[in-house]
Amino acid sequence: MLLHGYLPAILGGLQSTVSVAGTSLVIACVFGMIGAAAKLSSARTPRVVAETYTTIIRGVPDLVLMLLIFYGGQIAINEVADYYGWGYIDIDPFIAGTMTMGFIYGAFLTETFRGAIMAIPRGQIEAGQAFGLTRCEVLRRITLPQMVRHALPGFTNSWLVMLKASALVSIIGLDDMVHRANLASAATRKPFTFYATIALIYLALTTISILALRWVESRYSHGVRKVEFR
Amino acid sequence: MTSATAMPIPHEGPTMKNSQNSAGVLTAVDIRKSFGPVEVLKGLSINAKAGDVISMIGASGSGKSTFLRCLNLLERPNAGRIEIAGEELLLKADKKGELQAVDQAQLRRLRARVAMVFQQFNLWGHMTALQNVIEAPMIVLGLSRKDAVARAEHYLERVGVAHRKEAYPAFLSGGEQQRVAIARALAMEPDVMLFDEPTSALDPELVGEVLRVMRSLAEEGRTMIVVTHEMGFARDVSNHVVFLHQGLIEEEGAPSRVLSAPSSPRLKAFLSNTSRLN
Repeated sequence: MLLHGYLPAILGGLQSTVSVAGTSLVIACVFGMIGAAAKLSSARTPRVVAETYTTIIRGVPDLVLMLLIFYGGQIAINEVADYYGWGYIDIDPFIAGTMTMGFIYGAFLTETFRGAIMAIPRGQIEAGQAFGLTRCEVLRRITLPQMVRHALPGFTNSWLVMLKASALVSIIGLDDMVHRANLASAATRKPFTFYATIALIYLALTTISILALRWVESRYSHGVRKVEFR
Repeated sequence: MTSATAMPIPHEGPTMKNSQNSAGVLTAVDIRKSFGPVEVLKGLSINAKAGDVISMIGASGSGKSTFLRCLNLLERPNAGRIEIAGEELLLKADKKGELQAVDQAQLRRLRARVAMVFQQFNLWGHMTALQNVIEAPMIVLGLSRKDAVARAEHYLERVGVAHRKEAYPAFLSGGEQQRVAIARALAMEPDVMLFDEPTSALDPELVGEVLRVMRSLAEEGRTMIVVTHEMGFARDVSNHVVFLHQGLIEEEGAPSRVLSAPSSPRLKAFLSNTSRLN
């Protein structure tokens, strides 16, 4: 039998891994856009808040943050619930895990998005305003389409790191691919087989991601002259 | 889209000049602007009537570009009044004492009647020449794609770059980019066009093609306010020249008088410096 009959179990875990990473990415993008907008704001308060956010998050290990937010957050929420007499609230590990990951990687994407917005010549935004486009139209029609190209290299990096870091959610009790491999290797006493298998699956996921994002990059690079270094 | 939203076929020719009476198309009164403690505009006024071509000259730092950018509120003045096509732009002061539009919808409507051409062209890099020209007519004026494309092709033809309409800005020469930018402004069929040093970023051999287009627009009777260093253009094409010095109008009047027989010593010095360079 393939993998001693554990293949379906591992693939079930893969589904969980992908949905955790994918959901975390969406949440991280939201945090990243808000963070980038705050950092580029002309008002002081949002800038300070965003600066604090990226400094703290980028300076503390993911694992420590995850444990801190998951367990710390659990206690904090229940203290509040207790105060209002709502009874014990059990946080769903999927929600807790993806929110935590999104919050962490949002800090990295904040920097990526900020750099991408700054790479767009100011004059193009002014031209949009001068022709009567609203702020929202300038963002949608001029800033965002050009931002994609500048953001993609950093975005690709963050996504790869996030995909791999999703392995950490197994320690807060999520039944992902790593968790399944753990169980299978314990039961069969063949750790190499199972960890090597999931290593290859991660490698396949990241390779597909790189190819897909490269295609996206070429789609958003219309109008760009390629410079070749010799 | 139905033809109900279609605008009239793009027109040109001297009829434009007479389609409006000689009331002010763009009037700005007593515009003041400070950057921090430095007052760069110390109360400037301008009144462009239909068909006027006004050249604004002056040394760099005299405030002419800042003044032009105040007219469509790309720069927020600290004081002053702006009237476009007889409608006053409603302004209120923000916390920093800079004036901003009270009504965003009005600002949008008035900006759509004042088209701008920039020194650095500022074409949108992810759009082809054609897409650049149809963008604002579709989004701001609400034209259908079909009408916007017809209009864009007409004006790209008008400035002589129709054959490059599928090219992205990065693949166009500076002169071509600036002519696309002029077509983009024309496609709004504006009441007045603002040119902010339109030839200053061009290689010398490309200046001519852009100036020729601008001259032909002036001959069509379009209302233009041009910040320029091209004294030849100011002398031959415009009907009014304004000389700015340190945020104030030092001298203004007909080009034949202002440029040939300046009365201000500063303008004399400025003109002798520029002619020495040329």
